Amino acid sequence: MSAVAARTRMPGPQRFRAMANTVGWGIVAWVVGIAFFLPVLWMVITAFKPESAAETWPPKFTFSPTLAQFRLVFSGWGPYVIHSLIATTVSTLLVLLLGIPAAYALSVHPVKHWRDGLFFFISTKMLPIVAVIGPLYVIALHIHLLDSIWLLILLYTAMNLPLAIWMVRSFMLEVPNEMLEAARLDGAGRIREMTEVIMPVISPGLVSTALICVIFAWNELFLALNLSVTNAATLPMFLISSVPQEGLYIAHLSAAATVASVPVILVGWIAQRSLVRGLSMGAIK
Amino acid sequence: MTVLEDLAPPPKVDVEPRSASRREAWQRRLPLLPALIYTIVVTQIPFLVTLWYSFQNYFFDVPAPARWTGLSNYKTVFTNAAFRGALVRSVVMTTTAVIVAMILGVAFALLLDRKFLGRSVVRTLIITPFLVMPAAAALIWAGPMLDPNFGLLNYLLQPFGVHHVAWLSTHALGSVIVVMIWQWTPFMTLIVLAGLQSQPTDALEAAKVDGAGALATFRELTLPHLRPYIELGILLGSIYLVNVFDAVRLMTNGGPGTDTTNLPFYLYQQVNNAFDIGGAAAAGVVTVILTIIVATFALRMFARVFQFEESS
Repeated sequence: MSAVAARTRMPGPQRFRAMANTVGWGIVAWVVGIAFFLPVLWMVITAFKPESAAETWPPKFTFSPTLAQFRLVFSGWGPYVIHSLIATTVSTLLVLLLGIPAAYALSVHPVKHWRDGLFFFISTKMLPIVAVIGPLYVIALHIHLLDSIWLLILLYTAMNLPLAIWMVRSFMLEVPNEMLEAARLDGAGRIREMTEVIMPVISPGLVSTALICVIFAWNELFLALNLSVTNAATLPMFLISSVPQEGLYIAHLSAAATVASVPVILVGWIAQRSLVRGLSMGAIK
Repeated sequence: MTVLEDLAPPPKVDVEPRSASRREAWQRRLPLLPALIYTIVVTQIPFLVTLWYSFQNYFFDVPAPARWTGLSNYKTVFTNAAFRGALVRSVVMTTTAVIVAMILGVAFALLLDRKFLGRSVVRTLIITPFLVMPAAAALIWAGPMLDPNFGLLNYLLQPFGVHHVAWLSTHALGSVIVVMIWQWTPFMTLIVLAGLQSQPTDALEAAKVDGAGALATFRELTLPHLRPYIELGILLGSIYLVNVFDAVRLMTNGGPGTDTTNLPFYLYQQVNNAFDIGGAAAAGVVTVILTIIVATFALRMFARVFQFEESS
């Protein structure tokens, strides 16, 4: 203690004030954090309630927890979760398959109009998909893709591709030039340059790119709700189906919402660091 | 487009001689083509089809084929109070949510930029709302949180004289906006926090030595440094928030009346309830044109922000 005090050379009262300041603001931060998290916490708590304890006044904070709601969710969510898993993984793989070469052509060996290319991709994200939903429905009907998981895969791929291209490009720009030149001197062609130099360096970046795509595809509701009925109904639609016209449903809904949200919450917690970079499309490192 | 000239070149542009062969040009282009063609086909064709249908009289629930009607759909759109209302509501919802989320985001980021016990836990708690599935967030707010008879919010607000308020019928628009803010504040926080942590500490210390107050330091040093980050957050937040559908559909279903009907929900209704493909298409085309006007400014901003990032 005295060593620290000697090093910082702060007089006693000033040191005390600085410490009180740190503790005070720390408490404020904790209060804000907990308040913000409260709805999520309440969702999880309610999910463990029996239905009769979920809709009471005042709200119950003590009750005997039950897994009944989760059992109910797991007995009904089968097709929905399978559709969500297929749509999410296949669209994310397609995004990487199309996006990595495109990012390469916009960074390492850029095409002549690479700026226009980049901005073309980003401009498609700005056009509201809601504007075309009617005609999209008609098109899907005519090409027999209505209520098909493939339609959602195609659309989710287009939805995430611009994001992935911008993001992967930002990782490729960070590959040290010396590594690329060394590989070229070794006589490596473009393919070997890609597989032996670039891919190993950017692989952590590819993982975070994939995570961002997974989050957006997993959570998507608008397209799924408009373009599918049963054969391609995804988890967000399962949530809607867990709200009946009448009767008690709050605990069941909470369990369904918890189960649907937890995968993405866990992924996001683990990938906190790359979240910023992904959401800013590579602008913020 | 002159806008694009602002963007910094990638550091590794090979300086190819002018005589670079066509083969070389194609080798460069080839990896881009699949993604480019894919994006053009999937995103642009629906827009062309929308343009075509916007001149047709086509109701999905009648067997009659689509029929050319000229500009009549557009006339309906421009004279229709429902469309104008939805447009105004979209603007109100998006700007309110983005601005409030950004103010909270800056405040939270300032809190998280300090050292305190359990900082990473608090950061994790704060980013979680962003990760909750939007459909789940909407339903949890509509039920367990805001229900007039058993909702947690009414219980917590009881000491302040609030008794069984039916938030979704009396404050529908506000409730939807609150959920939008709740989900997007974490996003703003993360972006601003990244900005704060990239701030050079020597300038801050110099200000301290000069005796500058905390507020003055924030206004004169921190805020200008944060500007591009704030711009980026507002821009990206707006892109996503203008399309908000889940919260409207699942919390209020656009109501009561049309109190929370924004453009996405209005277009959804046109297709799903009125089966009016032609009308929805015309409304969609107008929406797209308005978006292009806004997006032109947005792209300009984008170029500036990214230039800042890549040159630093």
